[in-house]
Amino acid sequence: MSGRLAPEPVPRRDFLGMAGLVSAGVAIFGSILGMARLPKPRVLPEASSRFRAGHPAEFPPGTVKIISHRNVRILSTEDGIAAMSLICTHLGCVVTETPDGFQCPCHGSRFDTEGKVKQGPAPRALVWLSVTRAADGALVVDTAREAPPNQYFKV
Amino acid sequence: MASSALASFWENLKGLPHRLRDSVLRHGAPTSDRARSQAVFSNFFLHIHATRVHPRSLGLTATFGLGVALVSQFIILTVTGVLLMVYYKPSVELAYDSIKDLHYVVPTGRFIRNIHRWAAHLMVITVILHMARVFFTASYKSPREFNWVLGMILFVLTLMFSFTGYLLPWDQLAYWAITIGANIAASPNELVAAMGLPEIFNVGDLQRELLLGATSIGQEALTRFYLLHVMVLPIVMTIIICVHIWRIRKDGGLARPEGCPTAAGKGVGAPVSEALPPSVAPTKTYGLMALVRDKSPYTGKVMDETLPSWPYLLRAELLVFMITMLICVALGLLFDAPLKELASPDIPENPAKAPWYFLGLQEIVSYSAFVGGILIPTIAVLGLLLIPYLDRESEPGGVWFSGRRGRRVAIESLVFAIAAAAAAVGIPVRYGWLRTWFPDIPQLFIIIVNPGSLLTLAYALWSLWIIRRFNSTRMGAIALFVCFLAGFVILTYVGVSLRGPNWDFYWSRADWPVH
Repeated sequence: MSGRLAPEPVPRRDFLGMAGLVSAGVAIFGSILGMARLPKPRVLPEASSRFRAGHPAEFPPGTVKIISHRNVRILSTEDGIAAMSLICTHLGCVVTETPDGFQCPCHGSRFDTEGKVKQGPAPRALVWLSVTRAADGALVVDTAREAPPNQYFKV
Repeated sequence: MASSALASFWENLKGLPHRLRDSVLRHGAPTSDRARSQAVFSNFFLHIHATRVHPRSLGLTATFGLGVALVSQFIILTVTGVLLMVYYKPSVELAYDSIKDLHYVVPTGRFIRNIHRWAAHLMVITVILHMARVFFTASYKSPREFNWVLGMILFVLTLMFSFTGYLLPWDQLAYWAITIGANIAASPNELVAAMGLPEIFNVGDLQRELLLGATSIGQEALTRFYLLHVMVLPIVMTIIICVHIWRIRKDGGLARPEGCPTAAGKGVGAPVSEALPPSVAPTKTYGLMALVRDKSPYTGKVMDETLPSWPYLLRAELLVFMITMLICVALGLLFDAPLKELASPDIPENPAKAPWYFLGLQEIVSYSAFVGGILIPTIAVLGLLLIPYLDRESEPGGVWFSGRRGRRVAIESLVFAIAAAAAAVGIPVRYGWLRTWFPDIPQLFIIIVNPGSLLTLAYALWSLWIIRRFNSTRMGAIALFVCFLAGFVILTYVGVSLRGPNWDFYWSRADWPVH
């Protein structure tokens, strides 16, 4: 300010002080962002969504089998074998079978025998699952892969 | 030299007990009003109090002691919670067995768990009553707006505490509550699907994965909810409770009407003459320590006939604490905390009911997961939270319902709210809902137009109409709050008493089908 130089628009000390504040802010914000990454897992600690349901010979046409720990219902007809998830599409409770379809104990959704929504809050039909065969001939159901409704796997 | 140093060492040793005490407490037992103020003012734990209180604030009907009861319950929950942690094991294999150990083997384990559970339930009830007291006495108004916001945050935290708490035993209730809770977090997906948006908008999946630490329920989920319950929530809650109490003092003490009667002639606390006459006020800081009738403490004014917090306020707080303890202990002795069967991923109970305070929510979730589980709760909490900013009519507070007009609005709103809630539940039970009438209606309509969202809309419109009719935002706020409370009570009652297997409607439990 001595007149030898024009006054700086931002005095040097203020600039350095502000730079310090900004870099501290960036560092703190950046480390919060970094920490927020931690709770989202990279490896999922769970069993594979694919499982072996048994040999086709165990499912003669007309068989209905519920694989309870997977909440999957296997249905065998003359057209082939199909798998349907028994997990309610509303909030994930397990539906029970009734004479005219399925019903959910938690919030009262009802589905017909093909899994279509008849009543209640479920936003979509029960999910039909992909059925394939392993090299040894066993049926493999993948609970993470959807199949179109009424698609039967020809054995 | 050596002998005199030795002598002084001897002297120091003899003086150790009282010097130790003086260094910790800094004051002896207070003998004057000024010393009493100072005892509160200069103590780290007591200084979140005001140093002086108005006798009206000590009266039973001013607060019913609800805030202090909540702090008492929080203390009881912290102590019993730490004791339960001595034996509880947050593992899906061991959690259930460790609760059984606590119940049947651990000395006093069953009693401590019972107290923990009943204190938690009491806290949910008390937090609602406390909110109602603050609301109906208009105690949220300027300058106390932000303290109302803090109170709403504490209300939500209390519910989060309850939810994360009943998951820990890993019984049937726990397992299916986590299932439903995680899927509610994922429920924005159903809206995305119904609107036909690409899957990139599925924020629900991310929320669900962050809660569960996986895509299915297992050890990761239990670990996370345990972490929330015993570490994250207690830290956050403790900090906010402290700020909440401290703000009472900073916002000028409890709200009370202008020129309300004081202790003189009412027999509350000590006679006012005990307060120092202002002319004797000995130091400048004395005025700062005194609470006077305004937004901020200041010097040079009459003390407004306040009483020192020590001992009057502290005594009242101790009384409320002891009563709260008594209730919790009595409930703990009389009733055992329930424990359902071991968690089974194969099949939920039928009906699978949450604890009572979430059954109103379960009722509206049974109309739509996203609207009932996320949208309506968010609107309700935001609506309540913003009341002090939308109703800024100046009022000193402390008068129930702000007088006769407010009482009338409250009664009318109560009748309206009960009728509307009964209709919202009754019409779908009796006549079905959109899907029954129009089987091919787009899913988006079913999600958005449901009894819960229409009820919320009816309550909002009713409140707006009350504002117009009475030309008063305070009256509209009273209408909204009464609607919220009545809706909560009616839906909770329906969830608790009128819903049976498959969430079907039954007038009585005796009508439930036997299987």
